[in-house]
Amino acid sequence: MSFFKAEHLTMKFGGLMAVSDLSLTVKEGDLIGLIGPNGAGKTTVFNMITGRLLPTEGKIYFRGKDITGTQSHLINAAGIARTFQNIRLFNDLTVLENTMVGYHGHLRSSLWEAIFRLPRYKSEEKKMRTMAREILIEVRLDNVADEKAGTLAYGQQRKLEIARALATNPRVLLLDEPVAGMNPRETGDMMDFINSIREAYGLAIILIEHDMRFVMGLCEHLIVLDHGVTIATGIPAEIQNNPQVIEAYLGEPESA
Amino acid sequence: MSDQHRREWIYKLYTYGVLAGLFTFLLQVQNQADEYQIRILNVSAIFVTLAVSYNLINGVAGQFSLGPNAFMAVGAYTTALLTISPAEKELSFIIEPIIWPISVLHLPFLPSLLIGGVFAALLGFVMAFPVFRVRGDYLAIVTLGFGEVVRVVANNAQSITNGPLGLKGLPEYTNLWWSCGVAVFTVFCVTRLVKSSFGRAMQAIREDEVAAAAMGINVFRHKMLAFVVHAFFAGLAGGLMAHLITTISPTLFSFFLTFNLLVIIVIGGLGSMTGSIIAAVIITYAGEWLRAVEEPMAIGPVNIPGIPGMRMVVFSIMLILVMIFARQGLMGRREFSWEWFCGFLKIGKRRG
Amino acid sequence: MVYGIIRLINFAHGDILMISTYFAYFGISVYALPWWLSVIMAILLTALLGILIDLGAYRPVRHAPRISALITAIGVSFLLENLGIVVFGGRPRAFYRPDFLNKTYEMLGVHIFSLSIWVPVVTALLLALVFLLLYRTRVGAAMRAVAKDMEMVQLMGIDVNRVISLTFAVGSALAAAGGIMWAMKYPQINPLMGIIPGLKAFVAAVIGGIGNIHGAVLGGLLLGITEILLVAFLPSLAGYRDAFAFILLILILLFKPTGLAGKDTIG
Repeated sequence: MSFFKAEHLTMKFGGLMAVSDLSLTVKEGDLIGLIGPNGAGKTTVFNMITGRLLPTEGKIYFRGKDITGTQSHLINAAGIARTFQNIRLFNDLTVLENTMVGYHGHLRSSLWEAIFRLPRYKSEEKKMRTMAREILIEVRLDNVADEKAGTLAYGQQRKLEIARALATNPRVLLLDEPVAGMNPRETGDMMDFINSIREAYGLAIILIEHDMRFVMGLCEHLIVLDHGVTIATGIPAEIQNNPQVIEAYLGEPESA
Repeated sequence: MSDQHRREWIYKLYTYGVLAGLFTFLLQVQNQADEYQIRILNVSAIFVTLAVSYNLINGVAGQFSLGPNAFMAVGAYTTALLTISPAEKELSFIIEPIIWPISVLHLPFLPSLLIGGVFAALLGFVMAFPVFRVRGDYLAIVTLGFGEVVRVVANNAQSITNGPLGLKGLPEYTNLWWSCGVAVFTVFCVTRLVKSSFGRAMQAIREDEVAAAAMGINVFRHKMLAFVVHAFFAGLAGGLMAHLITTISPTLFSFFLTFNLLVIIVIGGLGSMTGSIIAAVIITYAGEWLRAVEEPMAIGPVNIPGIPGMRMVVFSIMLILVMIFARQGLMGRREFSWEWFCGFLKIGKRRG
Repeated sequence: MVYGIIRLINFAHGDILMISTYFAYFGISVYALPWWLSVIMAILLTALLGILIDLGAYRPVRHAPRISALITAIGVSFLLENLGIVVFGGRPRAFYRPDFLNKTYEMLGVHIFSLSIWVPVVTALLLALVFLLLYRTRVGAAMRAVAKDMEMVQLMGIDVNRVISLTFAVGSALAAAGGIMWAMKYPQINPLMGIIPGLKAFVAAVIGGIGNIHGAVLGGLLLGITEILLVAFLPSLAGYRDAFAFILLILILLFKPTGLAGKDTIG
């Protein structure tokens, strides 16, 4: 039984072929990069995996189950979490609350128990709060725990999105452009951070990014998309020298 | 006991203190105030219940419903049909006789009220399925539609609701203890809900549905939850209202009622329970006070004729102005907390 | 049409209809103008009213969250209704119906009221004019462009505010025409008369798929015809007539959440 497998995923919007025949296998603990020029269909792949879009063709299997077209919250419960390209935080909630929301899917208590603060709910709430604080300490956001998410600096917001996703207790983490708009120092920090959570939480990670130094320095395996078509897969060293890839980007990717 | 723990205990004491104060206040009012004052107080309390529960679906969960009148109607009619004696029912239903088993049912107030709330909640449950297939403006129109449908059904189902004639002769059960009691209970339940993980989930849905789903929240289920809870309390409020004014008819539960509620939660602040409570009381009193504008009055030798409908003109203008200039209303999404209050007072003390 | 451009359900639309009938009424009864002149003036005045409402109430909230705009619209609607009650009084007034509309013709053994012929004819004419405006004029093209992408259009030098004002003017003028025809049919007016037509108009637009003019026409026809059929064939349910529009709406949205001709949106 494979860990995660996507087979022949295709997404068609009317006449537009956003993703064409993409196949991808992920083992536990892998760190895979999904790269390609803008509009190549990368986020569409994420949307298909997380149940936001129903693939026109193809299947997705996670830990033996067919999760194609399942509802987003169920896919998350199964163990796949994501961040968003455009940062979709719960702006009016605090940093701590944003993170705690990640645990709600695992709540066993009923509404009744919550309203009357029965013992099981009280202990669950306490556990949620503690675990959320621990994650915030790891991402170094614990000092702003009570600030509204919408007021955070850009880099902090990106980290919060990851913290929130981690709170859902995933086995696979999909990161959509985690260092977009960051300076080299922040990018370096994020690289270290991703490596550390990968180890600490035993995660498999698929990430979408344009920053080549980041991608080459982090990922073990790359998939290159252009106009929805997979034009190359392999280890970073191979991809760097692949003429088709170079052509797709219209220029040389920066070497690590 | 740790510092934090002790502070929480003190805050709890403050809350009980306020409740005790409310209790004694009500005792005084019952004995001393005149009927008119009591009546307004009752109506205020009922609107607190309504506003707080309406704010749950509109402000906290962010699902803009325009149909709370439907739940009030169901609650009111259900409760009334259970509390009116069979003899009185026979007298009222002159066009078409009332159907069995309603004709023989006769229950005391509390069970009737609760059943009214439950029926309203059931309607909310059933409505959730079509209603939450859409969002935003469509949701508003669909819920408005349901409100109208319920009103039209009440107007036509002669053998159940007595149609346009309505129901009269309801026993006047509602007094300050009932209305304020239910209000306190509603505020308790809804505030506890909002502060819990479920409340966070609902707010997450309000902020960003897609992200909420991606974080494992069953969006439909939580929308429905907010809706059903709102329906239950609105149903209770309907039952209370019915037994305050002792006559109900379909025209009572029109969009006009929804509009009043809307003005209240907007002015109070969409998403703030504290705001809804304050606004419910203020608006009810303001409405009464403005009624004076509608009556003819004499200032010295000048006789100013009453202007009926002026009250609503004022409320409409208020609503528009709030939307243009102060969208957050009184409290925005902030809530009252003892911590804030103490801080507020202490700062004053420090200066002095 | 208004919705397509500024994404606002103009709750006050039905009430604008109501005001237009009062304009006409005053023209005819109070100022003793010939009926056709009153009608034209009423339509123009109503168009002006539409522009004023947009300027005063909707423009300030145009960039606010959608709910704020919706609430504002509800406020405007109630304001118009209650102002109507305050200024005109709640009692219905009789509306004038010109003679040529009072005749009855006999065709194929069925009596047809003159008015019943003129209303569809005028409606079709007005719709044709709207389509002409939208699809054959530069202004219309501007309206459609704003409907598609307001920001982009601004970059191309089109004055969005003017386009929106114009849309309100046209929309209100249409409402006025409809309102006056309605008033001639019934033939009376009162300050709350706009509520039901207004709501049914939304329902029709939603059924057809909001933002989509063809859909709105389709929705309007569908609603009108099925309502009549309901009353004709199930007279015992006639009291439910007004609820019927909503029931139809709920059913359609159950199966096609974007309306019959609506566009699918993702997430």
